[in-house]
Amino acid sequence: MTAPVLPPRQIFWTRRRVKSLVVQAVFLGGLAWLFYFLFANTTANLQRQGIASGFGFLSQRAGFDVSLSFLPFTSDSSYGRAFWVAVVNALVLSALGIVLATVLGFGLGLARVSKNWLIARLATVYIEIFRNIPLLLQLFFWYFAILRQLPGPKESLVLADLVILNNRGLYMPRPQVDQSGWVIMVCFAAGLCMALVMTLRARQQRLKTGHGPKCWFWWPIGLFALPLTAYVLSGASLSFVIPELRGFNYRGGMLMLPEMLAALLGLGFYISAAIGEIVRSGIQGVDRGQVEAASALGLGRRDIMRLVVLPQAMRIIIPPLATQYLSLAKNTSLAAAIAFPEIISIVAGTTLTQTGQALEAITLAMLFYMSVSLSIAAVMNFLNYRVLRHGN
Amino acid sequence: MMKLLTASTAITLAGTGFALAGTMDDIKARGHIQCGVTQGVPGFSNPNDAGDWTGFDVDICRAVAAAVLSDADAVRYTPLSNTERFTALQSGEVDILSRTTTRTLNRDTALGLNFAPVVFYDGQGFMVRESSGITSAMELDGTTVCVSAGSTSELNVADYFTANNMTYEPVRFEKADEVLAAYDAGRCDVYTSDLSGLAARRLVMQNPAEHVMLKETISKEPLAPAVRHGDDAWFDIVTWTVYALIAAEELGVTAANIDQMKAEGSPDVQRLLGSSETGTGEWVGLDNDWATRAIAAGGNYGELWARHLGPDTPLKLARGLNELYTNGGIQYAMPIK
Repeated sequence: MTAPVLPPRQIFWTRRRVKSLVVQAVFLGGLAWLFYFLFANTTANLQRQGIASGFGFLSQRAGFDVSLSFLPFTSDSSYGRAFWVAVVNALVLSALGIVLATVLGFGLGLARVSKNWLIARLATVYIEIFRNIPLLLQLFFWYFAILRQLPGPKESLVLADLVILNNRGLYMPRPQVDQSGWVIMVCFAAGLCMALVMTLRARQQRLKTGHGPKCWFWWPIGLFALPLTAYVLSGASLSFVIPELRGFNYRGGMLMLPEMLAALLGLGFYISAAIGEIVRSGIQGVDRGQVEAASALGLGRRDIMRLVVLPQAMRIIIPPLATQYLSLAKNTSLAAAIAFPEIISIVAGTTLTQTGQALEAITLAMLFYMSVSLSIAAVMNFLNYRVLRHGN
Repeated sequence: MMKLLTASTAITLAGTGFALAGTMDDIKARGHIQCGVTQGVPGFSNPNDAGDWTGFDVDICRAVAAAVLSDADAVRYTPLSNTERFTALQSGEVDILSRTTTRTLNRDTALGLNFAPVVFYDGQGFMVRESSGITSAMELDGTTVCVSAGSTSELNVADYFTANNMTYEPVRFEKADEVLAAYDAGRCDVYTSDLSGLAARRLVMQNPAEHVMLKETISKEPLAPAVRHGDDAWFDIVTWTVYALIAAEELGVTAANIDQMKAEGSPDVQRLLGSSETGTGEWVGLDNDWATRAIAAGGNYGELWARHLGPDTPLKLARGLNELYTNGGIQYAMPIK
């Protein structure tokens, strides 16, 4: 038998709380010093080598053209404007890619758990192919598959004189309304809001009382009837600009560039394979008893999936889904390799070389990807929170 | 892109006194020259069947290495894209950029570079398919144009179409190979670049005979090796090595007759080759045989031209402006004395 050993009296700076605080303060100080050192040293080095620095170049004339721009842009525009053109292009590609990947991915996920042998196997094959080939290769595949298979402008594939497909892109008629067109747009927006409000109200009532008014008819009224009435009453004229062959290429109409198409297909198919697996695991992660209970209540297979399984699966699906969306947004940078004018191509490529300001250009590009990633993460966290709290 | 990031990091992390003066000391210490070249342009810098870099730009680096290190093979090559090239030079990843690079005011000043003498007077041109029936650049309105991103070509073509009130749609790739592949696959009506580059890349197209160059030259593209601004000793060596090659052609010194010329040549020749009392070695910080070694490495300027670019090569370029001033060109070495 030995006497119980008392813990030794702790000296002030060995206490855990104090110790961890000190360690953190030292670390933070070191980090701050490192950043200061990097910044000061870079500035000094650039200055001594006589290399221009700073963001003044953003207001200078860019002097180059881009093939795709949702903002007005000519070679007389500034580098700053070119940056925003690149931002919008990258965001549009990300948004379209996310929609495509999500729709395809949920379809694939459902197909993977399907009882139909053929559908389930096909989905498996699709997923294994697209998720196991590097994205860059897939982008090149789509790009050169599109370019090589499609004919030149003079031998275009033409559908009803309206839709034209050739190796310069996919041309479609562009709707055009005259001055009073804004009335129609306002009515459309108002109709959309109305339908949304009515649906939400009906939902709230249903949650409270168990019975809600029917509300589906507000959607056709809001989205079609209202704008159409406005169109007829305002006497606005709606016309379509139809692409026509002039000189070497088709002009007029809406154009989907091959770069855009290839980037969209590449990103969408690649990420959809990952989303498919996430959805499958989400569905399979829902307790078997839930399905059995639902079918004991007499729900059909569709209703079980829609009302019981998917809402619970969403809790499992959303966090990894957010990761896939982030990855898609960041992977748009690979589209630079197939000449899609996004951040890497315009900012970290042309702007960087023409101004020679590598650090600034790379910083801008990094800021962009970080903001986009953080925004997507914020939205998905909010969705996740809602799903956890409310179940849908 | 990776190279760009490491190079940027180098600028960020480098200590004081970094990569400014002392390029020569660094080279002597490590025993070879770091030479930035293209990612593959036949005639200028391209790996051969054995995997060795060859070409006109490569031989400039070899001449410098021969002058400085007495060994033309003491060169390591770094293939660089348009976007990477200047950062790689600024950060000290390469000592000399011998990479079909156009000398411009912006690059000379704001980018912190110094350009050695022009080794190739080039100009930007257009290539189209013969079947398109285009014969003049003024007929290019409404075309789709494939161009290399981050090049002077990209800016010139924008200026040219604006000045002539024409529209075009640019398709911009960072890698020259991809510009070529896209044009070859029919994405563009027109491929624009420096004329020499067009001639070089046409060689690797699926069917070179289907493509023609338009007669217009829309810009001046003086291609010159570049070094970092601020290291005058190194800049002098590169500058005068290029001049020595040109002077050798002016004086009729070739790789074959150099020993004989060294013994019996005129006073100018003797001074160039360092065989007379008044050698030039001390002035450039090397020994008196520096120019002899540079010329012996691959021959004089004309020999380099004939071997890589001239009529007997696949490129079949005419010397044009690159002839010596005595033959109707504008190449001209500053007096080596």
